[in-house]
Amino acid sequence: MAEYQNIFTQVQIRGPGYAGVPLDGPVGYRVGQGAFSYWLGKLGDAQVGPVYLGWSGLLSLFFGFIAFEIIGLNMLASVNWDPIQFVRQLPWLALEPPAPAYGLHIPPLNEGGWWLMAGFFLTTSILLWWWRVYRRARVLGMGTHLAWAFASAIFLYLSLGFFRPILMGSWAEAVPFGIFPHLDWTAAFSIRYGNLFYNPFHMLSIAFLYGSAVLFAMHGATILAVSHFGGEREVEQIVDRGTAYERAALFWRWTMGFNATAESIHRWGWWFAVLVTLTGGIGILLTGTVVDNWYLWAVKHGVAPSYPAVFPLVTDPTLVPGG
Amino acid sequence: MSKFGMRMLAGVSAALALLLVIYAFEWPPVDSVQRGYRGLAMEENSNPRVDRAKVRANVLPEVAPPTDKAGQKASQVYTNVKVLGDMDANEFLRLMTDMTTWVSPEQGCAYCHDENDLAAERPYTKIVSRRMLEMVRYINGSWKTHVAETGVTCWACHRGQPVPASVWYADSPKTAQGAAGNRAGQNVASAAGGITALPVDPFTPFIKDGADLRVISATALPAGNRASIKQTEWTYSLMMHFSKGLGVNCTYCHNSRSFFAWDQSTPQRTTAWYGIRMTRDINTQFLEPLTPQFPASRLGPLGDVAKVNCATCHEGVYKPLYGANMVKEYPILVGPAPARTASAAPAGAK
Repeated sequence: MAEYQNIFTQVQIRGPGYAGVPLDGPVGYRVGQGAFSYWLGKLGDAQVGPVYLGWSGLLSLFFGFIAFEIIGLNMLASVNWDPIQFVRQLPWLALEPPAPAYGLHIPPLNEGGWWLMAGFFLTTSILLWWWRVYRRARVLGMGTHLAWAFASAIFLYLSLGFFRPILMGSWAEAVPFGIFPHLDWTAAFSIRYGNLFYNPFHMLSIAFLYGSAVLFAMHGATILAVSHFGGEREVEQIVDRGTAYERAALFWRWTMGFNATAESIHRWGWWFAVLVTLTGGIGILLTGTVVDNWYLWAVKHGVAPSYPAVFPLVTDPTLVPGG
Repeated sequence: MSKFGMRMLAGVSAALALLLVIYAFEWPPVDSVQRGYRGLAMEENSNPRVDRAKVRANVLPEVAPPTDKAGQKASQVYTNVKVLGDMDANEFLRLMTDMTTWVSPEQGCAYCHDENDLAAERPYTKIVSRRMLEMVRYINGSWKTHVAETGVTCWACHRGQPVPASVWYADSPKTAQGAAGNRAGQNVASAAGGITALPVDPFTPFIKDGADLRVISATALPAGNRASIKQTEWTYSLMMHFSKGLGVNCTYCHNSRSFFAWDQSTPQRTTAWYGIRMTRDINTQFLEPLTPQFPASRLGPLGDVAKVNCATCHEGVYKPLYGANMVKEYPILVGPAPARTASAAPAGAK
């Protein structure tokens, strides 16, 4: 009997490669017969392929590769084409957006022009990949839940790098492409706008983010815990409850007085995940456009409490006479 | 892969992870002291082991023994004494001895004097050291808003070295800078910015050129503040230098829930505010004008003179030398106070 106490799949079932459901026309064309990988089988299905990319997938990879090259070569140039420094400093390197003086104009290549180009190609690549996700789902007769969840993430990405810079009238407001630099940008963004933790949409986004993790852990644990009663056939149990469902439901009613259903838990998971980036994007779009200092906004609306003074009153030295 | 191979892989990964933990984190214990109101995380963290090392690195030098008064002014006994002429001649000699200990203990008097003619205007270090004496008198007399009555002597920065350990030069962009690779003054490991990817040289704009540090709006809704996120990163980098240079957290001066709010800041923020103006003053009024005096070997990659920042005096300690007062031995090192209120910012400040 297989046990489910290890992060890696313990039992791999090997049969002939499965080509997929029959589909008509060119959309049904797939490359290769598929192969098996023991190590991928540890994490998921051991069968890799056959592969379908189509024009949207191929173009997406092509545009993504151009963006990757523009960013990577600019990083390499920034360390004087030194491969050792490139590896050593990689987490610090970046392709920086244009300076504020350029506004929404197109700057020279080395003054942010490369950044605009990389952003264009990356966005094109992501949108093409979204189209591929949407089309594959449609062709397979699936719902389009995945495409819309992906669209929510794309909304946050575009809010940060496209919509908000346009609203602010400056590409300089956008995020640099780089590992540490985009984190520094995030911290500076919060500081500039008076502490993003007081932005209610940021609060919602965090709640949905952590909530997603909790829901995912609760759901995964529940299904694994009742798998020896057949609980992993959870989609069937939406309409045909078995003892696995009843035990899991009772467990949650006992522990927290309420239980999701085999159907609703997946809706909860989907909405929580989608709302992370949806609320996050709204929070970003409001910052600097509608609200300039979230801390003062929170004080104004009774969100941020005041605390007793501990230090003698400090005043702004620029307001001291003669200062 | 065999079972043995798997175990080897797991063992090597664990060893690498352990190395990373040891390398990346500070060895405990870490003490924290609450300073602000509870719940605000206004705490100072310190590590007793690091603190002991800092105390060892901040010992004071032996002071030359006091002397009887000569009864004559230095200017009457020696020629070409322009700054300290009003001192008693013996006291003057004592100060010269101490200055040698403070600045050039290995090189001796000859570091700043022509030994055949002590009054001669050479070598260049004599011109520089005379100006530095004027600077010390100016700081102690005019910048009590920052140095209080503790004041500074040569030792505060020099610590027995002709060039203080922590000085800065303008950043030279070491990149290809052709049609690609513009790192916009940042995006390499920034020593000033605490090994972040923040701007490498926050000193030129803020403690030389006098750019405004403030970026945060004083109103909840937009009211014309055009400060950008990039600009914020420059201020942020200077603040990282503050933190590193003084060995303190952000909360030493700020309530981090609202960095800009003065009414929630600690009194140390005011001292630091004057410190920014003081270093600006030192760099522009005293150090930069000395640039032609220095040989090329003493200048930075862009030909600029060594300049001061917070770390030059503080050296990782919240008060230089833990607040030891060395000036009391030499009242002459305290210049006349400027003819304005104590809070007023002298020339060049903004």
